[in-house]
Amino acid sequence: MALLEVRDLTVNFVRRGERPFAAVDGVSFDVEPGQTVGLVGESGCGKSVTSLAIMRLLARRGNKVSGSVRFEGTDLLKLSDKDMRDRRGRDLGMVFQDPLSSLNPVIPIGLQITEVLERHRGMSRKAASLEATDLLDKVGIPDPSRRLSEYPHQLSGGMRQRALIAIALACRPRLLIADEPTTALDVTIQAQILALLRELVQDTGTALIMITHDLGVVAGLCDEVNVLYGGKIVERAQRHQLFGEPRHPYTHGLLASIPRLDAGRGEKLVPIRGSVADNIPWDGGCAFAPRCPNALPVCREVSPQLVPDHGGLLRCHNPVRPAVAAGGGTR
Amino acid sequence: MLRFLVRRLLQAIPTLFILSILVFAWLRSLPGGPAAALLGDKATPEKIANLNHVLGLDQPIFVQYFGFLGRALTGDFGNSLVSTQPVMGEIVTFLPATIELGMTAMIIAVIIGIPAGYLSARYRGGAVDNVVIVLSLIGVAVPVFFLGYMMQDILAAPLGLPSQGRQAAGLDATAITNFAILDGIMTGEWDAVWDAIKHLILPAFALATIPLAVITRITRASVLDVLNEDFVRTANSKGLTQQVVRTRHVLRNGLLPVVTTIGLQTGALLGGAVLTERVFNFRGLGFLLAEGIERRDYPRLQALLLFGAVVYVLVNMLVDVSYGIIDPRVRVR
Amino acid sequence: MNTLLNKKKEPIDKLAAASGRSLGGDALRRMLRSPVAITGGVITGLFLIVAIFAPLLEPKDPDVHYLGDQIRPNFIPGAQSGFPLGVDDFGRDFLSRLIAGAQQTLIVGVLATIVGVLIGIIIGGLAGAFGGWVDTVLMRLVDVMLSFPSLLLAISIAALFAKPSQWTVILAVSMIGVPIFARLLRGSMLTQRDADHVLAATSLGVKRGTIVFRHILPNSLGPVIVQATLTLATSILEAAALSFLGLGDPDPSRAEWGLMLGKASHQFLDVRPELAYYPAIAIIIVALGFTLVGESLREALDPKNRR
Repeated sequence: MALLEVRDLTVNFVRRGERPFAAVDGVSFDVEPGQTVGLVGESGCGKSVTSLAIMRLLARRGNKVSGSVRFEGTDLLKLSDKDMRDRRGRDLGMVFQDPLSSLNPVIPIGLQITEVLERHRGMSRKAASLEATDLLDKVGIPDPSRRLSEYPHQLSGGMRQRALIAIALACRPRLLIADEPTTALDVTIQAQILALLRELVQDTGTALIMITHDLGVVAGLCDEVNVLYGGKIVERAQRHQLFGEPRHPYTHGLLASIPRLDAGRGEKLVPIRGSVADNIPWDGGCAFAPRCPNALPVCREVSPQLVPDHGGLLRCHNPVRPAVAAGGGTR
Repeated sequence: MLRFLVRRLLQAIPTLFILSILVFAWLRSLPGGPAAALLGDKATPEKIANLNHVLGLDQPIFVQYFGFLGRALTGDFGNSLVSTQPVMGEIVTFLPATIELGMTAMIIAVIIGIPAGYLSARYRGGAVDNVVIVLSLIGVAVPVFFLGYMMQDILAAPLGLPSQGRQAAGLDATAITNFAILDGIMTGEWDAVWDAIKHLILPAFALATIPLAVITRITRASVLDVLNEDFVRTANSKGLTQQVVRTRHVLRNGLLPVVTTIGLQTGALLGGAVLTERVFNFRGLGFLLAEGIERRDYPRLQALLLFGAVVYVLVNMLVDVSYGIIDPRVRVR
Repeated sequence: MNTLLNKKKEPIDKLAAASGRSLGGDALRRMLRSPVAITGGVITGLFLIVAIFAPLLEPKDPDVHYLGDQIRPNFIPGAQSGFPLGVDDFGRDFLSRLIAGAQQTLIVGVLATIVGVLIGIIIGGLAGAFGGWVDTVLMRLVDVMLSFPSLLLAISIAALFAKPSQWTVILAVSMIGVPIFARLLRGSMLTQRDADHVLAATSLGVKRGTIVFRHILPNSLGPVIVQATLTLATSILEAAALSFLGLGDPDPSRAEWGLMLGKASHQFLDVRPELAYYPAIAIIIVALGFTLVGESLREALDPKNRR
């Protein structure tokens, strides 16, 4: 049995006076124990909403969540609020994008770690304090005992993210969800944080859902990758498969728009036209069709289904052929 | 921390200095000059010239100002025209009444306002929220003095509360500090304590309306802001109990702007006290001021205006300092 | 392409319309959905109509002493046929005086607000435009004005005049708004001085004066309008407070709600309390109306609330 089984997860944004809008639309995927799974896409594709729905952190008002999220066989969506609170932080941890705003500005770092330990591991404040020092040390924060009494604004961006990771891993959860954990950081720090995450995940055997728009992050970390567009999974593949032979024109476009050192001098970067802003729902055709270089008439009429393809899954009427991918300048 | 405090104190000095110039200029800009205003109906040219000389108004303006400043610093604002007593003495005598009233009003405003604002934000859009919003909007739209009269008319009799003054006629309470409740406790005259409390209730509620409405609205807005903050989501993602999330993470941050508001409203109380104390014949500084206006008692007005502004500046300073204590981000700056 | 896209045209048109909406239009659209804004709008609308057309709406002449012969010390006749709200202490029809009072109250509130806005804009504009010591001196002055509790500030101005009149009240009340508007405009100018569109205009060689009037002032308009609406409400209340304290216009023929309330509160509460209730209710409703409009304008103009 998989650690996490997400089935047909759908989140509708319901606003008064507006049509409901499916931010996440029938997403299904599994996470095995110890596995690292990527959710990739541009902002607005529904990847963050998916993670928040799994953690049940979406406001009840205005968000309708359906489907199922089985964690070790228990459907998290059916748990009572109280039972869910017992699981969050203990079984599932989460790291957020902006470490500054994600930490409480008026509470010392130490308390923000110890409060989890006290809550889920029933530690005394003193024991929790020792454990917190240990945790900070483990995530690579120098002089951890002094840091405990410091406030978030006194730490650097990278340190804050390390502290946030320490909080999320404090109770050794079996699943960690990292939502764009490196986006708000400097490039050099990004690499350090990614290395740290990889190390921690390997050491503790924690499964990881990595949410990112950055394929570079995926390349270094994920076993399996789900590419999301317009709230749906458009392609799923193992890492090597995805980078070697992207099938969906959107994935292909994402790869082609990354600047590469080994590209020839005359070679142009190929951006994807348009943005998700002119995104339209899937009913009646493929949501990516207006931006798609491969679009056929059928793409604008029939919504494609997610079907097995090359050992993964694909939702496309006219996928990129291997030859084309090679010609496009990728691997 | 100490440096922060000292710097904040130094920052207040220029403001207080300009304040003193303005208040000095204020009396000098009275129509016909201060002497004519002081003499009122009895003014004749000789009397004015004589008084000008006595008051030093025939001296150069700088000499006059520094004389004023020097006297003001020693608490000498001249004599009240109404009572012919030194104004400073009046202020000292009447101040405890206003402090008593103002503190009671602020306690009422805080005790009711913060929970109301918090509940309103937590159940946003619900029935509680709507009632709180409407009441807080009406609260700032009601003329305070009218509300005072309404309370006297409608509430005083059924609740058995006095509607005039600070002390029941015939009650011979010993005055030590002029804080009626404190005096009663010190002397063990418990009937005097109870009497003082009863006399405080209606005026304090009248005076509390505006601070109450403002505190409620600020609390609501601030808590709503905090509820949307990322760190609240983090706190929830840690699985903390709702109670911990609410008190430690939401309320603690949500109350930061409320502290400023409480300070500003405390500083502004003297404005409302003028009206409330006048309505309830509650003999405090506001009453003194209202009487001073009616009788055009300029020395008293000048002293009270300066006093009110200085209190406001000092209260604001205190607020800044306390903000530094509760918000670590301000402290280091 | 076009034929293929036809099916999608409608939602795309909608999106285009959405992104093309102006801030003002967007705010208006949002306000029309909010019951708070509508309530406030209806109240202020009715008040404005009554105030502007007061002479046409008054059933009787508000200055004629009708039932003078019935008035004795400690007795004022109550409501009777022809006088639905009764008469005041001079025997004048109270309903007509309330209607006339709407106009006077509007005049006091609007003039006080306008004077406050103008002085505030001049101070704030000078401080923002020149910076340096001008800014320091003017803002220190504003700080001092803000360091008076607002009613005390108004009292200090009003008490300066030996003979109070409508104009001294307006001037005194306007002072409450001055520091607020000065701060508002200066802050807005400082943020906008570095805004891209202003930098762009500067780099194109547009004159400073032109920039202030073409780019900065219009962009500060939203917050100023919001604050002015709210100030209008407080102006009416503060004017009433001044009247109550004996700093109002002593002219007995002037029908103004604050004056009527101040006088009735002092003198007629035991005799004929309605004479205080009516103007008080009128003041409360109108102050509430302007506050509702101001608050919902603020909320609607806040870019945070745009979706």
